[in-house]
Amino acid sequence: MEASESQGQLWEVFIQSKPGQAFKHVGSVHAYDKDLAVENARDIYTRRGEGTGLWVVPGKEIVAVTINEAEYFFEPIDEKIYRHPTFYDLPEGVKQM
Amino acid sequence: MSTIAPSKEQLLAEFESKIAAEMKIEPRDWMPDEYRQHLVRQISQHAHSEVIGMQPEGNWITRAPSLRSKKILLAKIQDEGGHGLYLYSAAETLGISREQFIQWLHVGKAKYSSVFNYPALNWADIGAIGWLVDGAAITNQVSLQRTSYGPYSRAMVKICKEESFHQRQGYEIMWKMMEGTKDQQQMAQDALNRWWWPALMMFGPHDNESANTSNAMKWKIKRESNDQLREKFINKTIPQAELIGLKVPDANLQLLDDETYKHGDIDWNEFWEVVKGNGPCNQQRLEHHKRAHDNGAWVRETAYVAGLNQK
Amino acid sequence: METKLNYYLQIADNALILSHRLSEYSSHGPFLEEDLANTNVALDLIGIAESIYNECARIEGKGRIGDDFPYRRGEHEFYNCLLVEQPNRDFAFIMVRQFLTDAFNFYFYSEMTKSKDQFLQAIGFKAIKQVTYHLRRSSEWMIRLGAGTELANGKTQFALDTLWRYSQEFFVASEAEAAMIKAGIGVDLEVVKELWFQKVREILYMSHLSIPENQFQLNGGKQGKHSENLGFILTEMQYLPSKYPEAKW
Repeated sequence: MEASESQGQLWEVFIQSKPGQAFKHVGSVHAYDKDLAVENARDIYTRRGEGTGLWVVPGKEIVAVTINEAEYFFEPIDEKIYRHPTFYDLPEGVKQM
Repeated sequence: MSTIAPSKEQLLAEFESKIAAEMKIEPRDWMPDEYRQHLVRQISQHAHSEVIGMQPEGNWITRAPSLRSKKILLAKIQDEGGHGLYLYSAAETLGISREQFIQWLHVGKAKYSSVFNYPALNWADIGAIGWLVDGAAITNQVSLQRTSYGPYSRAMVKICKEESFHQRQGYEIMWKMMEGTKDQQQMAQDALNRWWWPALMMFGPHDNESANTSNAMKWKIKRESNDQLREKFINKTIPQAELIGLKVPDANLQLLDDETYKHGDIDWNEFWEVVKGNGPCNQQRLEHHKRAHDNGAWVRETAYVAGLNQK
Repeated sequence: METKLNYYLQIADNALILSHRLSEYSSHGPFLEEDLANTNVALDLIGIAESIYNECARIEGKGRIGDDFPYRRGEHEFYNCLLVEQPNRDFAFIMVRQFLTDAFNFYFYSEMTKSKDQFLQAIGFKAIKQVTYHLRRSSEWMIRLGAGTELANGKTQFALDTLWRYSQEFFVASEAEAAMIKAGIGVDLEVVKELWFQKVREILYMSHLSIPENQFQLNGGKQGKHSENLGFILTEMQYLPSKYPEAKW
């Protein structure tokens, strides 16, 4: 493809909606370089004051586990249930733990 | 890790059971070719519609009669561009690039909603487009939030949230004009007369004549049929028209016993002519898009080259 | 009073007329993301203009409303600089016009935050957040245009050569400006000019572009003497209020 037809590469956009919160994936954007990528992401995904922080990541740099692998890749929830707090008994009278 | 590759029948069964269980299909999941093709066509058409839809309204930004209305219109058109972007992204997850989608639009292989091939002739058209065209689109999009393809569904959720002001601003323009001078009232009625039928046509052919509906319904890409959505729309909209003194241009409109409406015959001849490219603005809209794209070629090229230099 | 009004209008008109040019460009951008970005700048500028027009209506106290200033003045009563009314000949013209104006706006509004006039000070604080971003964006675009392909460099240098003759009007104080500066209210244009030149030189250097040799300058906008462009802009903008003067929209 010729450069003049290029719509830039794909970047994934992550926004933090309040200070201290985790960055959340909100969508993607096209851009030719990283400066344009953050600016495009700002103009597209924060028009309504959605963000206090913003990341863009080149889409091709993201390493993904596909849904087909999920079955064996992820720890089955019913094994190792001792990792969950509800596994444990507490004496009556403990209010918060 | 070695696994035995499942047969196509197994994959299809798994796919269909997911659909039946209202689970979303995600980009990397197996899906039947027809499902993928249907999505590519529908989502890209939807994206192109948002982008081409910027033109009829854009034509009035510089003539908006107040700074308030100018700001609102600019913000609305900007939203439409943004929605085009969300939808192109959703369509790209099916493995086709945005460059390709744009090329298909330019060679006439991809369509956009025919309603944008009608002209916006007076300021009330901006009202009518927001109220009727966005109103019809929202009726469809609310339903599409439950579509079975994950990226499309998520784009719809975001779009519906942002579009909630679009229809209101359109109706507000109509209302203010109906409260205004005689000239303004005439403009408003004229705009309704011209946009009413194209808005009804936006839902597509009747269910018994729609080639694309059956598979799309089976796979839950579409959740409600063309006629169901059209009825929802007219039942909502007609009382709104009457409230501000506008007359819906349908001599055969009937109010049924259950308080719902039955519209007169839609001129499907006109609909198919516009789809074929013979609407009042088909050429103009497409040429505008191509011209902007061609004029932008050297800008994209230098941005691309400068982007390479940055690394 | 007259002086203050005139001074306010100069600022508002610059913002409004540039936003008009940017609005014309909606759906004409080189790619969709750029179209949206461009609209954001237009919206910011209209917002600034609108606040000032509303204040003009208030201080004038003759029963006019804010919108009467953009919509019911003749072209000789507009005080914007000639640069902002220059047409969108191509993306290079749009971006050069934007960069030269953004650089001015950035230092102008920064200085304005120090004004003794409370209203101007507030506008300065409101605008500076927006124009800081505008300048960042147009500066980066200048570099992409100038230091990218040869074709783009040529087009951008041509736009710069063409528009440079309108670039110094920002710093030529009108009567109203001179009076406001003297009163310690108006922004000191000499300060802005020096900073503007520094910024412009820096970005042009990075963009492989140069200040044209021809230093001849045109001005008059601040006195209401415009290029032929403004008449067409206003004809379009004021079409509905002129044709239906009784109507409310």
